[in-house]
Amino acid sequence: MTAQTSTPTDPAGPSRTEIDQKLRAILRDVLGLSEARASDLAPDSGLFGHLPELDSQAVADLLTEMEDRFDIIIEDDEVDGDHLETYGGLLALAEAKTATS
Amino acid sequence: MSGLFKFVEWPCPDGGDGDTRSEAALVFDRGRQDRLLVIPPLFEEANKLRHLLVEVMARLDGSEIDAVLPDLPGCNESLAPLAQQTLTGWRAGMAAAARHFRATRVLAVRGGALLRPAGLAGWDYSPQDGPKILRSMVRARIIASKEAGQPETREEIEAKGRAEGIALAGWQIGPAMFTALENAAVPAHRDEVSLLDQETIGGRPLWLRAEPDYDPAQADALAAVIAVAMRQQA
Repeated sequence: MTAQTSTPTDPAGPSRTEIDQKLRAILRDVLGLSEARASDLAPDSGLFGHLPELDSQAVADLLTEMEDRFDIIIEDDEVDGDHLETYGGLLALAEAKTATS
Repeated sequence: MSGLFKFVEWPCPDGGDGDTRSEAALVFDRGRQDRLLVIPPLFEEANKLRHLLVEVMARLDGSEIDAVLPDLPGCNESLAPLAQQTLTGWRAGMAAAARHFRATRVLAVRGGALLRPAGLAGWDYSPQDGPKILRSMVRARIIASKEAGQPETREEIEAKGRAEGIALAGWQIGPAMFTALENAAVPAHRDEVSLLDQETIGGRPLWLRAEPDYDPAQADALAAVIAVAMRQQA
């Protein structure tokens, strides 16, 4: 994955802030978080394997919702454990996909 | 505000040769003229949305509208084996329920839109097509098998699903159901069926919640849209 600029007008895709906000909103909906708790998600906040309610079906639904809201296709072999383990991993996946789509 | 719901049985077509089997339905039924058939979402989403749907029905009861939420054969309280169910069978079931309960309107929820009987006016609430339902369920199996140290590819899972059926996220999907879902599109929205999206209802989509949740404001909003439309037409 290549580093991205944080310029909002980056023609390669939405800005990092925008991706981050959208991804927090998806996790807020999936996990039923308050706005405050969704904003508190840090790169090392644990997801799959750390939150008992986030089972394989919930993670699958989360990825499908990311496809819908970011208008991307996430291939199964593009997702590895690191992407799902923490918020930072998932954000990296969203950034990589939106940059290439 | 409203009466209690009851469980009743209804004759559901069982195979194509005129046989029926008894399935359950949750009803608010006082024999009123305005009668809503609620078609539940498929598989796990049915569990996540059941509380909301029953609350919507209770509110409609208070607005003098009867409502019925039938079980899909193989789901909820049904004793039929899920692995033997087909999309065609479920469609026939919902059409039979509409006739049996004399429904005047239908609310089809998420994947339930795939089962909406033709010719019945009503609403599709955030309808979802078959490929999307399958995509997420196959993905859940890919993640689970990877986690268990026995990784499978999507191609392997799909081939097995088509040939012999497969368990996806704990749901036994038979081969006929699998192939039908792969091609199932939401039926066209003609004049008599309106699309209700989440923006209209407000709040967060409850089918996304990892743990089932409930939001009274969404029940209010859904019931209001339906009650206003059904009373106007009455």
